[in-house]
Amino acid sequence: MADAQVVFTPPESLHDTLMHYCSGCTHGTLHRVVAEIIDELGLRESTVGICPVGCAVYAYNYFAVDMIEAAHGRAPAVATGVKRSRPDCTVFTYQGDGDLASIGMGEIVHAAARNEAITVVFVNNGVFGMTQGQMAPTTLVGQRASTAPFGRRPDHEGFPVRVVEMLNALEGPTYLARASMASPKWIRDAKRKLRKAFLAQTEHHGFGLVEVLSSCPTWWGKTPKEALEWMESTTMAYYPVEEFRPLPSSEPEGE
Amino acid sequence: MSEPQYGEPYLAKGNEAICEGAIWSGCRFFFGYPITPQNQIPEYMSRRLPEVGGVFLQGESELASINMVYGASASGARVMTTSSSPGISLMTEGISYLLASELPAVIVNVTRGGPGLGNIAAAQSDYNQATRMGHGDMPMIVLAPDSVQELYDHTGWAFELADAARAPVLVLADAILGQMMEPMRPRVDSPAPAPEKPWATNGCRGRAPNVINSLYSDPENMESVNMRVRARYEEVSKQCLRWAEHQAEDAEDLLLVAFGTSARVCESAVAHLRAGGTKAGLLRPITLRPFPSARLAALAESCRRIVVVEMNLGQMVDDVRLAVEGRCPVEFVGRTGGNIPSVEEIVEAVAPQASSAE
Repeated sequence: MADAQVVFTPPESLHDTLMHYCSGCTHGTLHRVVAEIIDELGLRESTVGICPVGCAVYAYNYFAVDMIEAAHGRAPAVATGVKRSRPDCTVFTYQGDGDLASIGMGEIVHAAARNEAITVVFVNNGVFGMTQGQMAPTTLVGQRASTAPFGRRPDHEGFPVRVVEMLNALEGPTYLARASMASPKWIRDAKRKLRKAFLAQTEHHGFGLVEVLSSCPTWWGKTPKEALEWMESTTMAYYPVEEFRPLPSSEPEGE
Repeated sequence: MSEPQYGEPYLAKGNEAICEGAIWSGCRFFFGYPITPQNQIPEYMSRRLPEVGGVFLQGESELASINMVYGASASGARVMTTSSSPGISLMTEGISYLLASELPAVIVNVTRGGPGLGNIAAAQSDYNQATRMGHGDMPMIVLAPDSVQELYDHTGWAFELADAARAPVLVLADAILGQMMEPMRPRVDSPAPAPEKPWATNGCRGRAPNVINSLYSDPENMESVNMRVRARYEEVSKQCLRWAEHQAEDAEDLLLVAFGTSARVCESAVAHLRAGGTKAGLLRPITLRPFPSARLAALAESCRRIVVVEMNLGQMVDDVRLAVEGRCPVEFVGRTGGNIPSVEEIVEAVAPQASSAE
């Protein structure tokens, strides 16, 4: 054992604890990705994270950084209050699609328009998971939810919102991208994009947001594997996974 | 504690006195949204705060503004917002979160006539909202200034109380107090330093991470938080309970009870009634919560009747009745919708024949 060496450790920015997420949920992996980025950029001791109301409401139990639990949808406003009073802090919000794209649409649009120097991790799984699978603004046409038992109908519930494309109409934001948790290949891509969303704040003093397409096997009524396959075939067809607003070219891109 | 030191007086507008009181106390962050009749506050702060190294930011709504306050307070700042009645309704959720998360902040309500969109005239119809604010068990200190000087003093005082109680404190003004000009003496001494805030979320350098939260899934835990918040409120309440009396000591015929603008009118009514031979006096609660219940009960032993005068349909009168517990009759005189009872209306309403006709 004399030549044994540590080659892999959990991120310092994540508490070593059980998570409450359902089996097959991608939140846990995404938490880890975010924590790895915070570690790699050396930001753990200056970071303040803001949790949403939704499945990630308990994120303050998981991220080993200073954490604030916000009212439903208001995380970008809370983040603004932290950042404006403590510009030396790195501030991120972690929000679901109910939190960000439904009740909190006003706060995210204006934070983006102000180019508020915060990083937003926006998890889009197309349902309200915490409250048992109700329809979200991002639920796809035809997709069933506990409050859309016939599937989403455009003439009744309207169309799903493409948040990143909408924010891309604003002059303010520094970095906007969409990523996916559908496979290891996409998760690596998501990490590259999320890293840029942090650099948008730390290097460019601006607003960075990544919409991360995620699965919800529990409320989609699928096995974890089926859910990931459905993401690739269906979710990612409606929500293009790409970089919409790249970082300004001076950005140091190293892994 | 040493006596406050004041400088030379100058003519100040109420809304600006609120700003200067906040800045004196060390407030350097303001987040707010326009609404009449308090617009001079964000306007004044937008140019004044940068002069003292602070930050003013206009929120996109009252919801955003109160949550910006929440974030700044969580990171340890002395921070405030102001609004007027309908805007305070929108902020109420955030104020409940501030209280449950044990975060200090100062909120000023420059009230207007209501309900609904109402009007921009002075009213006291937010008394119940102020003193019973928010969902959940909400013990919150509420101050009721009645002059431009008190707007200045109470706003500064509110920051001390908020830090001591680790809770939001509400200053209940109104359209007249905010808009009127009176001589005001600014403080020339230094405020007590803000307490250390080891709980603040501002980066966990050299310590374990902090969490600011109002979610307690286990009812036992929620109860213990509520009891802790309540205990802190009770402790600070003991020290901050305050009222003013105006010829109340020998007011054996009639004790008027009023706060804020209506108390100013009542002072004149007392002079009028005294000139006519009625032994009248006034008790003015300065803290609406805590309420000067014990003093009212004591005065009720020696006066024939109490009349509560408010710019609403009768809200504080309930608290007076609870305090007096039937020791003497408690009646109500008021106007609503943004109207102010005049001295004549009060004097006429409390005349013996009006009383016996009830």
